[in-house]
Amino acid sequence: MSDIEIKDNPDIKSELQTPPEPGYSEWRKDENTLYNDGLPEEEKDWFCDARPQKARKSVQVIENFLNWARSQSLWILAFGTGCGAIELRPLVTSRYDISRLGMQPRPTPRQANLIMIGGYVSIKTLKRIVRSYEQMQGPKFVVAVCSCAINGGMYWDSYNTVKRIDEYIPVDVYVTGCMPRPEAVLAGFNKLKELIKAGKAEGQNLYIERFDWYKENQKKVIKDWNMPDYNW
Amino acid sequence: METLYKELKQYFDVDEFSVQKASLAFLRVPKSQLVSLLTHMKDIRGYTHLVMVTCVDYLEQDSFLLTYLLHNYSTHCDLGIQVSISRQNPVMDGIHHLWEQGRVYQRELFEMFGIDFPGSPDVHEPMILEGWQGPPPMRRDFDTKAYSEATYSHRPRDHREPEEYMKQQLYPED
Amino acid sequence: MNLAYKIFWAFISLGVVTVWGLTLNGIVHKIFARVQGRLGPPVWQPFLDIIKNNSIRTAISHGVMFYLGPVFRIAGGIGTYMFIPVLFGSVYFSNFSMSGDVLLVMYFIFFGQLGMALGAGEGGHPYSAIAVSRGLAQMTAFEVPFALSVISLALQYKTLSITEIVAAQQGSFLNWTLFTNPLAVIAAMIAMLGMNMYNPFSLVIAPQEIPIGPPTEYQASFLGLLATNRGIFGGAKLVLFMNLYFGGATNLVELIVKTFWIYMLSVFVGAAYPRFRTEDSIRFFLKYPTALGIISVLLFSL
Repeated sequence: MSDIEIKDNPDIKSELQTPPEPGYSEWRKDENTLYNDGLPEEEKDWFCDARPQKARKSVQVIENFLNWARSQSLWILAFGTGCGAIELRPLVTSRYDISRLGMQPRPTPRQANLIMIGGYVSIKTLKRIVRSYEQMQGPKFVVAVCSCAINGGMYWDSYNTVKRIDEYIPVDVYVTGCMPRPEAVLAGFNKLKELIKAGKAEGQNLYIERFDWYKENQKKVIKDWNMPDYNW
Repeated sequence: METLYKELKQYFDVDEFSVQKASLAFLRVPKSQLVSLLTHMKDIRGYTHLVMVTCVDYLEQDSFLLTYLLHNYSTHCDLGIQVSISRQNPVMDGIHHLWEQGRVYQRELFEMFGIDFPGSPDVHEPMILEGWQGPPPMRRDFDTKAYSEATYSHRPRDHREPEEYMKQQLYPED
Repeated sequence: MNLAYKIFWAFISLGVVTVWGLTLNGIVHKIFARVQGRLGPPVWQPFLDIIKNNSIRTAISHGVMFYLGPVFRIAGGIGTYMFIPVLFGSVYFSNFSMSGDVLLVMYFIFFGQLGMALGAGEGGHPYSAIAVSRGLAQMTAFEVPFALSVISLALQYKTLSITEIVAAQQGSFLNWTLFTNPLAVIAAMIAMLGMNMYNPFSLVIAPQEIPIGPPTEYQASFLGLLATNRGIFGGAKLVLFMNLYFGGATNLVELIVKTFWIYMLSVFVGAAYPRFRTEDSIRFFLKYPTALGIISVLLFSL
């Protein structure tokens, strides 16, 4: 009798039913560990296999001050990913001079806060961008220039470029153009500074919240994944 | 260039000679005589510079047409040597022993067209398309638009007129 | 004055030299920018960089030695500063100087770089290892003329305490070591170019050749610590040189003016010259500056 009752009432779960599928795809071992399947066996010990956790913010007053300080001293990763990277070079010269805004190009992703995606992103470059982006320490920001990063641009029907870069890494500011003029890129940086001061540029936490979605999108197009699942 | 063609006709089965301008000419040679003709041009005729190796896909005639473009530094002339190979089994002799840069061209042709050059170093290593599992993309029967729409997601189109949109943004009181 | 009071004033003077060292860095960047015809970063930009670096929320560490690298470096910086009397005759700013403190200060200068070498090697980046080996080789080379010039000073003034060396230079400015022992001063100034790592000896921290040199893997608060140390250590070296060779200072204004112009010497040379390779710089240091040092030692020991 009680069995019939339970079966008729869909809200009560019976322990005789099988538990639902965990929904893990094959690159996650459990909640906090990753498989790192792309690496050969002897290298798996060298890389960390923990899943990234969200970074905590501090008290609102201090966070406002820190956001102001972060916006006054953005360090750009000197990695030119596509043709749009040539627009960074006039900005460093005397005419437009981003050093008065506190920005300087840094050669290593460990010390950079801002990565500039310049234009089209081919699959080979996307692997390197993901690698560099995950090695940057947060809070980190992404500025995507040129129309190829927005909707594919000139390479809209190409077999080798991605059409929407924000399915692979979170983007804060887009600057249209082909290429945008240096003044336009400066306006984009100013917009980013306003976003940072308002506390809205939390790309790092967004990436970790939707980590599964980003990682599956990346693994769908990057077929030879011979690096760890998260590049600490 | 006509005198060159007449002299070459005595040794090789060259035909289909065409002149584009005074310093650029093309001729065709069968596949088996290509390497000996290139060696002859490099060592004896002074065409020592390999400009490029390209390929055209003739889908209707079921063949690839390879073009080896050579340059002569003393007479400032270019000569294009064309070879037609079968599309069903595209294999060609390598020229990497004559010019080192031939390795790079042969790698590119293998990746983009599927033409194999046995003996060429690293010809099967991926050069630009890492992890590519589809057909060679430069062939005419590969539909790149369909592949792109199937593999990548596209941003939905923005149907606003730019002029009206900017007018609204800049002068909202109108 | 009792010990607690002395410690309190030592911390105050440490704060003063940190602020002065970082501001000097900012002023130099501004001068470089104006010479190149552009507006430069604001003068307080190094402070903003340190605040930003300390506010980074995540950090990657490579083990205990990686943590200790910047700690050793800032310990070297603070240790260098604490034993130098800053203002001659001032009760508040004369730190913990005692007899024989020249040798202790020279030890601390070397100590910071060694600790950084251990930490950078632990980082695992091949570029930091290359830069660390270059940096230590260059440091070993420039210590030779510097040590010879300090020995010559010790022979001249017959003391190893910085306070007494400064006391012997008071009076008129003709009593400065610059005029009574010029060879030692020239040798030490050339060694200072190597210490400050400006051109032509800037290969160790060349930013585009090997990314940044020893601090390649350092990020976030580690980098903030290293940047703070750049202010402290830079200021300490300038105060040391001023005390040993240029007559010391009796008030803060004189300190600021003298250290500014000593720093400007390395900036002027750095702006004019290209870079040496490491083996060239080692050969350079072991030739003429060492010869000058040896001659000055011989002059005062006979």
